[in-house]
Amino acid sequence: MHAFGQILKTEAKLYLRDIPTLVLTIGLPTLILVVLGLIPTLRQPDPNFDGQSFVTYFTPSLLVLTLAMVGVNALPTVLATYRERGILRRLATTPASPAALLAAQLVLALVAILTSAVLLALVARLAFGSPLPQRPLGFAAALVLGTAALLALGLLVAAVAPTAKSAQALAVPLFMVVMFFGGVYLPRFLLPDFLAEIGAYTPPGVQALLDAWTGTAPHPLHLGIMAVIAVAASAGAAKLFRWE
Amino acid sequence: MPVIEVTNLHKRYGETVAVDDVSFTVEAGEIFGVLGQNGAGKTTTVECVAGLRVPDGGGVSVLGLDPRRDANRLRQLVGVQLQESQLPDRLRVAEALELYASFYRDPADPARLIDELGLGQKRNTPYDKLSGGQKQRLSIALALVGNPKIAILDELTTGLDPQARRDTWSLIERVRDSGVTIVLVTHFMEEAERLCDRLALINQGRVVALDSPAGLVTSVAPEQRIRFRPSTPLDDRLLTDLPQVTAVTRSGAQVVVTGTGDVLHAVTSVLARNQIIAAELRLEQATLDDAFVELTGHRLTD
Repeated sequence: MHAFGQILKTEAKLYLRDIPTLVLTIGLPTLILVVLGLIPTLRQPDPNFDGQSFVTYFTPSLLVLTLAMVGVNALPTVLATYRERGILRRLATTPASPAALLAAQLVLALVAILTSAVLLALVARLAFGSPLPQRPLGFAAALVLGTAALLALGLLVAAVAPTAKSAQALAVPLFMVVMFFGGVYLPRFLLPDFLAEIGAYTPPGVQALLDAWTGTAPHPLHLGIMAVIAVAASAGAAKLFRWE
Repeated sequence: MPVIEVTNLHKRYGETVAVDDVSFTVEAGEIFGVLGQNGAGKTTTVECVAGLRVPDGGGVSVLGLDPRRDANRLRQLVGVQLQESQLPDRLRVAEALELYASFYRDPADPARLIDELGLGQKRNTPYDKLSGGQKQRLSIALALVGNPKIAILDELTTGLDPQARRDTWSLIERVRDSGVTIVLVTHFMEEAERLCDRLALINQGRVVALDSPAGLVTSVAPEQRIRFRPSTPLDDRLLTDLPQVTAVTRSGAQVVVTGTGDVLHAVTSVLARNQIIAAELRLEQATLDDAFVELTGHRLTD
């Protein structure tokens, strides 16, 4: 336990020293929200979005941006770099379990995502009067399961990528898919129905996030699928993971 | 009492045999060298000893334990410095040592270790700002921070400048003097000759010789040659009567004595007893390099 605490402390320090990445990861969604919110028409209630403003409607999609950056981009890159540079291998010669390093990385990824989510929700509420998530429990469930599914996919990439470069090569297409179906590139109302529907089932499950935010209970099937993806991808990652 | 016993170790990667048949024992408190060319199977051998690889055949016992079955216990007792393993760029010297110290039940004091390794000025320096020699010393410190009984050091001084290399050698001798058994993997002849109490010479996955550096040299080239200019005329029989001397020849004013064993001591004693001063005295002897060529059929570093 002492070792895990020390690893977590050390990794947290390393995380905090990389200021540009940190600001980008945690602050970018909120920054985009603010920029969009400066355009008056996007703040007007719109029948297209059940009488909500575009800014309110788009906020959950922005959350997907953080999830994708942390889960399928930052996490695998850090771990693949550690593998490429022999940091994992060296750790394997000590009594510390390299699994403790993985656990520490997951904790930090979760903290980054939660910080980013809270910041986004608060700014949306205070600056643009968007409601906070209407179903806090359902929203928490959707966020936790969606995050778990994405982090598990990130671990799967980290498991098989021998170098940071190859991790990027695997992560970028995955990142694009997550962002596309999450409605970050194009707002989801512009996507054909079947594509928007697919987005409900691809991690992190933006439909469930949207439902819980706007007050509908998230669909159990959507949550269930995130749970299944999380379990399956982590099992795959655990099976394929190499320390060197 | 051996602390490491390797018997008939065999390890292959697919079709490639990395280690064919390697056996040796390492005694407590010695510096044991594993010497050979790149690709001879040195690293694979010590990786099996460290429990990082599973042998395909043969046995390894470290402090009476099995490196695979008792991996958790052995990791507390064996410090390992690997080739080409780095640390995160932004990790600072003191942080790295405190992190690694937290893994062990009875660690050394990180602050003291930092001072002993001459990194006191660099304790708050990030890893990527350290010089090659400083990185190497930090890596050795990490191998020692758990207060190990055995330290396995792979290619300790590769990439270091001559001064940093000599400093590292002194450091290793001090570590040995503190009671740690050291297994040193190297392809530097000078390093092996300077540091190692005993050497296993590995060629194409096999041990071709196992002895002290001086013993290895003697085994392939037992003869030594002494040259000197006597201060007064010298009767050859004084020297040829000595059992250690095999031949005496002259080369101008110089006497050249060929012999074995402690021939140098025997010759100088006789000269002293006859009050002859040996001017320009030189001892010519085969080197470990010559022994290596003799035993493996090729030079070490080409």
